[in-house]
Amino acid sequence: MSIRREDVLRVAELAHLELSEQEVQLYLQQLDSILRYVEKLNELDIEAVEPMAQVLTPSAAESDPMREDLPCPNLAGEHVLRNAPEARLPYFRVPKVIER
Amino acid sequence: MSAHPVWTVESVRRALTEKKISARELTDEFFRRIGNRNPELNAYLALSPERAYAQADRIDRQIARGAPLPLLAGVPVAIKDVISTAGIVTTCGSRILQNYLPPYDATAVTRLEQAGAILLGKTNCDEFAMGSSNENSAYGPVRNPVAPDRVPGGSSGGSAAAVAAGLAVIALGTDTGGSIRQPGALCGIPALMPTYGRVSRYGLIAFASSLDRIGPFGHTVADVATALAVLAGEDPNDSTCAKTPVPDYTAELNTPVQKMRLGIPKEYLGAGIDPAVRQRVEEAIQQLEKLGCTIVNISLPHTDYAIATYYLVATAEASSNLARYDGVRFGFRAPGETLTEMYRRTRGQGFGPEVKRRIMLGTYALSAGYYEAYYLRAQKVRSLIARDFAEAFRQVDLIVTPTSPVPAFRLGERTSDPLQMYLSDIYTVTGSLAGIPGISVPCGTTPEGLPVGLQILGPHFEEARVLRLAHAFEQAGGFAG
Repeated sequence: MSIRREDVLRVAELAHLELSEQEVQLYLQQLDSILRYVEKLNELDIEAVEPMAQVLTPSAAESDPMREDLPCPNLAGEHVLRNAPEARLPYFRVPKVIER
Repeated sequence: MSAHPVWTVESVRRALTEKKISARELTDEFFRRIGNRNPELNAYLALSPERAYAQADRIDRQIARGAPLPLLAGVPVAIKDVISTAGIVTTCGSRILQNYLPPYDATAVTRLEQAGAILLGKTNCDEFAMGSSNENSAYGPVRNPVAPDRVPGGSSGGSAAAVAAGLAVIALGTDTGGSIRQPGALCGIPALMPTYGRVSRYGLIAFASSLDRIGPFGHTVADVATALAVLAGEDPNDSTCAKTPVPDYTAELNTPVQKMRLGIPKEYLGAGIDPAVRQRVEEAIQQLEKLGCTIVNISLPHTDYAIATYYLVATAEASSNLARYDGVRFGFRAPGETLTEMYRRTRGQGFGPEVKRRIMLGTYALSAGYYEAYYLRAQKVRSLIARDFAEAFRQVDLIVTPTSPVPAFRLGERTSDPLQMYLSDIYTVTGSLAGIPGISVPCGTTPEGLPVGLQILGPHFEEARVLRLAHAFEQAGGFAG
């Protein structure tokens, strides 16, 4: 196994995912087989290779990426809050974060 | 496939200008077709009749006035459900966005409507565009109109099925690792992934930002070229959208393809390919030779590393893009006593199994102690894959390969082993990683009657060349098989 149960639990915690015991078992096994597969990248000598940080060729990406900083109207608050599971203008409502 | 006439951009325009049909009647006809066929296919998740008829009436008034008609006047279109449409529910095929109403339209949608297109509705897809069979949708799988016991491919399966079944003339899909080209191949229609940055992604709900692209499906290469002409070009709302000038894609379609140098990479016709697919593709290559093209055997030596590279880069980016679904601002929320508990439950219940698997893999690949071994290494190998293509395009004008190693498979046949499903993306992920454009065009069928797709890849921003060869191939009868 290249991945352990503790790793799966730790990753689920980092990713804010509540997993059932069954899911933990399934992902342990599936991530293990995927991680074993991606180990084939270790066959390559990549010491001198730069990571691909940009997709476009410089000529296409270049020119001036900045646009003019012009003020434009924001989305209306009620329009934005319409999608919130719980809200009271102008706020999103969440479970209590700070104990008083 | 059906008794319906196949409407194309050209035939819609002719019928409207000759007043054989009104835009409203045409819209009626498409909603009727959808009503008949969609219960079986599940290609559409939502319909937008109000918006469609308002646009149809606008087009009819323009016709009555004798006003010049825009490029896509009256053309019924479908939009993949990962692309935002103001006021029309946009779910990304996920439970976590089950009631999400985008407050604005994606630029691609705005451009289609400004060109006169009639928006029929939103199409089904794998959840957050993650999948190769459309079986990962929270709203049920899509069936392949050619063979309804089989998948349409994915992730843009609903868009491909809608066009193939005559339920839309043009549909938008998105391609991150093959999600336009592969369903195009499996459903037997042309499907284009433009160059990275060619089409604005403003309003596209992100999966993997260094890979995601929007592109069209159509019945003909000419339709796809017309759609690209409408979609392409810079957008002040998307800084990743290139300012590179947009050529006239349709004007160049009939330029002869004689003397074009076509590279056939040996890595794409090796082990793992279905024999019937290989045969159709080899015949297609012979046909291209008859059209006067020069066939050159080439090598893309890092092809074998592409799937591993892709599934690390794409999942890492997905894990951070999907962090925004936390039950606070939009979508589904599961109750919890604390904020963290609410996040964890919302995401645990709101995401489906494939999305959670990819978030887990991506989070792992980016986490402390593993970043260099996985993500950074993958980004370096990605450079090597891009370099393979850059070197190949010094010798050849275009590269020709199969789109998918297999034709449409049966629903449920491949769901148990995610790695096996990933491996079926082998011929499409390479072009995605390199940022280059590619099209899948039909090149006949297997003995069982299942469509086979031919992939044509070109250098960055050479869509016109890609489309030209695809069009020449189609005109030469690539379609008929």
